[in-house]
Amino acid sequence: MAAIVELKGIAATFPGADLSVFSDIDLAIERGEFVIVVGASGAGKSTLLRVMAGLLPPSAGTILHAIKTRPDRREISMVFQEARLMPWRRVADNVALGLEGLAVSHAERDQRIADALRLVGLADYGDRWAHELSGGQRQRVGIARGLAVDPDLLLMDEPFGALDAITRQSLQDELLRIWKETGKSILFVTHDIDEAVYLGDRVLLLGGAPARMVQTYNVDAPRPRAREGEDVGQLGAQVKADLATLFDEGGGI
Amino acid sequence: MSKRTLRGAGGLFAFLAIWELVARSGFVEATLLPAPSRLPATLISEVTLGFWHQMVLASLNHYLIGLVSGSLLGVLAGAAVALFPNLDALQSWLARMLRPIPPLAWIPFAIIWFGISETAAAFIIGIGVFWINYFTAYTAARAVDPDLLELAASFGHRSLGARLRKVILPAAAPGILSGLRAGLGQGWMTVVAAELFGITGIGQRMNEAAGLLATEVVIVYMLTIALLYGISDMLFVKAQNRVLRWQR
Repeated sequence: MAAIVELKGIAATFPGADLSVFSDIDLAIERGEFVIVVGASGAGKSTLLRVMAGLLPPSAGTILHAIKTRPDRREISMVFQEARLMPWRRVADNVALGLEGLAVSHAERDQRIADALRLVGLADYGDRWAHELSGGQRQRVGIARGLAVDPDLLLMDEPFGALDAITRQSLQDELLRIWKETGKSILFVTHDIDEAVYLGDRVLLLGGAPARMVQTYNVDAPRPRAREGEDVGQLGAQVKADLATLFDEGGGI
Repeated sequence: MSKRTLRGAGGLFAFLAIWELVARSGFVEATLLPAPSRLPATLISEVTLGFWHQMVLASLNHYLIGLVSGSLLGVLAGAAVALFPNLDALQSWLARMLRPIPPLAWIPFAIIWFGISETAAAFIIGIGVFWINYFTAYTAARAVDPDLLELAASFGHRSLGARLRKVILPAAAPGILSGLRAGLGQGWMTVVAAELFGITGIGQRMNEAAGLLATEVVIVYMLTIALLYGISDMLFVKAQNRVLRWQR
C-alpha cells in the first residue's frame, strides 16, 4: 500500500498569535485507510484538518500528495461538524457546491449529485430545502457534498458530534458502508473514544502543548465490530487511560 | 374572507363614517375638513383636467430615479465597506457625521447644485434611500456566517468574485431586500417635500391647492400617495417572497 497523502514535520500556529498549536506532525494515510485522530479539546485536531484542507497554511513542514490532480475532481474534501448547508440552496445544489468550478459537464454533474445522494440514502431529497431536513439528514448531505467531488481523502471534523446517540450510531454504520463502497481514505477527528475504536483502522492520539502525535493504536478487530465488548472495548479503555494520563501531565486544557 | 380582513375593512369604514359625520355636522368649516363623499368628484375633476396623471407621472419619475440610484449606490457602498476593513475604518466617522442629516436639509444644496429641476428632487429622494440601504447592506454583509465562507473556500471558492456569488450575496439577500423595501417607503415620504419648492409633481400640486384652500384636492393627492406606496410595496413583497422562497 502506498500513502496517498503524507505529512512531514507539519506545524501550525494560531493565526495572529505566535502560539504554537502543534508541531512535528508526521502522518501518512494510505489508500482506503480509515484513520482517526483523537485528543483533548484544544489539542489542534480541527486545525490539523484545516491545514490538510488548505484552509490554513502550515508554519513548517510539507504535505505530499501522491495523487495526480485532475480537473474534474478534488483530491481532498471536508465534512464539518455542523452540516454547513447553504439555506438558500436546495439539497442537490448544496451537493453541487464543490462541482462548480470543476471541469464537469452538466450531465455528469447531475449524475454525480444523484449518485452521491443515493450513496447517503437521500436519493429522493434533491429538491428539499435544508430547513426541511433533520440533523442526521443534514449531515448526510454534508457527506454527499464531500463525496461528489470524488476525493481521494475525505476529512471529517467531528461530523457526528452534534447528533443524538441513536442517530450518531446509525450514521457511523452508514459511514462504514459508504467507506467500503467507495474505497475512499478517511481522516476522522473525534473526541469520542468509543466512536474512534469502533470506526478506525488506526487511532492517533494528539496531545501535549504544543501538541504532537503521542501514540498510535492499530485497531485489528475485524468489522463489523461490537459496540460494547471484547474486540475493541479493551483498546478503547487503553486509549481513555492514556488520554487521562496526558491530561494529568498538563497537556490537556 | 377571514375575520381579520372583515375587521380591517370595518375599521376603515368606521373611520370614513365618523369623518363624514363630523364634516357634515357643521362644527367644522368645509375648507378645514372636506367630507370624504366629496373626494370622488374631486378626483374625477383632477383626472379630466389632466392634472392627476401629469403630477403622478412626474412624481413617479423623480421617485424612481432617486430610488434606483440611491438603492444601487447604497447597497454597493454598504457592501464594499463591509468587505474591506480599510474602507470600513475610513467611513466610520464620516458615515456617523453625514447620516443624521435629514434628506430635506439637503434642499438648499440641491437647488444650488441642480437648480429647480427634476434632478434636484431625485437627489433629495436618493439621499434618504441611500443611507437606509447603506446601513442595511453593511450590516447584512458583515453578518455573513464565516463558517459558510470557510466551507466555500474548502471547495475551492476563494476569489472575491466566487465568495460574493456563492456566499455573501445570497446570505446577505434577506437584509439587503428589507433595506430596499424600507427605502421604497422612505422615498415616498420625501417625494412630496422634495417637490414643494416648485418642481412639477404631486407635492407642487398639493402646495398650490393648499394655497387656494382647496383642501379636498390636497386629500385626493394624499390618498394617491398612499395608493402608490401600497401598490409598490405589495409588488416588492411579491418579488421578495420569490427571491427568498428558501426561507421558512
